[in-house]
Amino acid sequence: MGEPRLPGTYLKEKEMYQLPGIVEHRPDAKYSFSAGQAVSRFLEGLKQGRILGKRCPRCGRVYVPPRSYCEYCFAPTAEWVEVSGEGEVNTAVVSYISTFRERLEEPEIIAVIRLYAPGYTGKKDEYEFPGIFHKLCGVKPEDVMSGRVIGMRVRPRWKPPERRVGSITDIECFEPVEG
Amino acid sequence: MVARPNIHVKSKVAIVGAGLTLFRRRMLETPRELAWEAARMALEQAGLTLRDIDCVVVGSAPDAFDGVHMKGEYLADGAGGIGRPTVRVFVGGGTGVFVPIAAWWHVASGLCRSVLAVAEEKMSPAHPHPQGVFAYIWDPILERPLGPNLIWIFALEMRRYMYKCNVPKETIAKVSVKNKRNALDHPAAQAAAKITVEDVLKSEVLVWPVQRLDISPVSDGAAALVMVNENEARRVTDSPVWVEGVGWTLDNTHWYNRELAYPRYVNYAARMAYKMAGIERPWKEIDVAEPYDPFDYKELHHIEGLMLARRCEAPKLLEEGWFDRDGELPTSPSGGLLGVGNPIAAAGLMKVAEIFWQLRYEAGARQVKKPVHKGVAQAWGDLMQAATVVVLGV
Repeated sequence: MGEPRLPGTYLKEKEMYQLPGIVEHRPDAKYSFSAGQAVSRFLEGLKQGRILGKRCPRCGRVYVPPRSYCEYCFAPTAEWVEVSGEGEVNTAVVSYISTFRERLEEPEIIAVIRLYAPGYTGKKDEYEFPGIFHKLCGVKPEDVMSGRVIGMRVRPRWKPPERRVGSITDIECFEPVEG
Repeated sequence: MVARPNIHVKSKVAIVGAGLTLFRRRMLETPRELAWEAARMALEQAGLTLRDIDCVVVGSAPDAFDGVHMKGEYLADGAGGIGRPTVRVFVGGGTGVFVPIAAWWHVASGLCRSVLAVAEEKMSPAHPHPQGVFAYIWDPILERPLGPNLIWIFALEMRRYMYKCNVPKETIAKVSVKNKRNALDHPAAQAAAKITVEDVLKSEVLVWPVQRLDISPVSDGAAALVMVNENEARRVTDSPVWVEGVGWTLDNTHWYNRELAYPRYVNYAARMAYKMAGIERPWKEIDVAEPYDPFDYKELHHIEGLMLARRCEAPKLLEEGWFDRDGELPTSPSGGLLGVGNPIAAAGLMKVAEIFWQLRYEAGARQVKKPVHKGVAQAWGDLMQAATVVVLGV
């Protein structure tokens, strides 16, 4: 590529703050999000300690969390189904950092849970499945690293009813099913 | 679900020039100054001036990084877009390779004879860390309340890939070692280094299995291409590089309801591009590849999605040196995002530029050992869902 030296001027952090006219700005924006037709009812279910999904009447796909429409059939998912909340760990990791990359004192275990739902076949190679993204408790980081956690049977640990507000955090975490 | 593209285009499309700025963590230049530097270099290499350009395509990833909304409009003057049909395209991390795809259809349709395709990204302004900006890509109702960090999703995908394909971390770390080593020969490189697998495994654990040296850095930078129709190409150069196929696909944002070990969307995009290029056996017909490597495991993941290896076979081939610069199918000879740096949209376009230089035998110390006639560049983006693929040939 014939160019000995490419354009662009690197600044060290100190140099950056010595530049004239550095402007700092922190956006102050607050949003209120509505959860929509399907997920509002899902959140209402969580408040009652229930996990709800929807089934597409055309192809039979079960969506947990629920969706108002089937993206394949492009038809309304008219039928509600309830699942037990039990499932198996699809993948899990150990987080040592916060959203803004600060070091956490206690690592958290994060997982994708594949839920037992109508149509569950037990096959391990399905591309799509009803599932939830949440935290795991009652397992150690070493269990995640060794791979012992993957495939483990888990269930939701609910907050007490009086502390539930209709949020994904009404589930405290997913924990191993004993035995 | 693979798209069936109409391959009857009005004109073939060639790349005739490429430009690049340095990739660095913090740059003095404003985003549009960076865009201008890359655009001017691409024009110069093509032997053209802005007067020769009909249309402009600009690409940049989320506005929140530069901290300027309407980034397309903001970048327009630096990208040569004033008074011309100019458009900004965006598919998250896939944007960099989407820029030449959009430029391709501008020219292939007969609408424009020549396009300046420019990608820019300045990630460094966001504080305390650009990681925070990624908080806004998560679903506000079902994901953000868990306090996610962007690296979570990569770690979950990497862990799933390791499980499904039975790959140890030591093997995956070799991608980082290879790409950072390749980048030692790249004049734009920010994170070139001679490191060992040990170094990767000893680096700070962020979200296990992801460690500091598994990830590309925070970068500022810009890249540009000049793309023209067949007549223009024959007029301005003896060595045009043809865009033989383009493909792109979006999957849904419901990433935790999908198998993460295999990128279906990359495969669909690749099949679309190969079909257009008349490629039936990419693992034999592609000579050099630039798969997207923001994380080391992603290069392997994408090699499989691009059908350059069978499923779960990429780690084994990597161990055998198959993907080294002197290997059977060199991948990321540039040094990739892991080595050159990751100014998001600019990094994707840098990959296309690398294939352009490789096919013209202009890559200098980075030139791969084997003879090259066809190459593929690919980028990925968003919640494990966007794929953009370009096949180039001479």
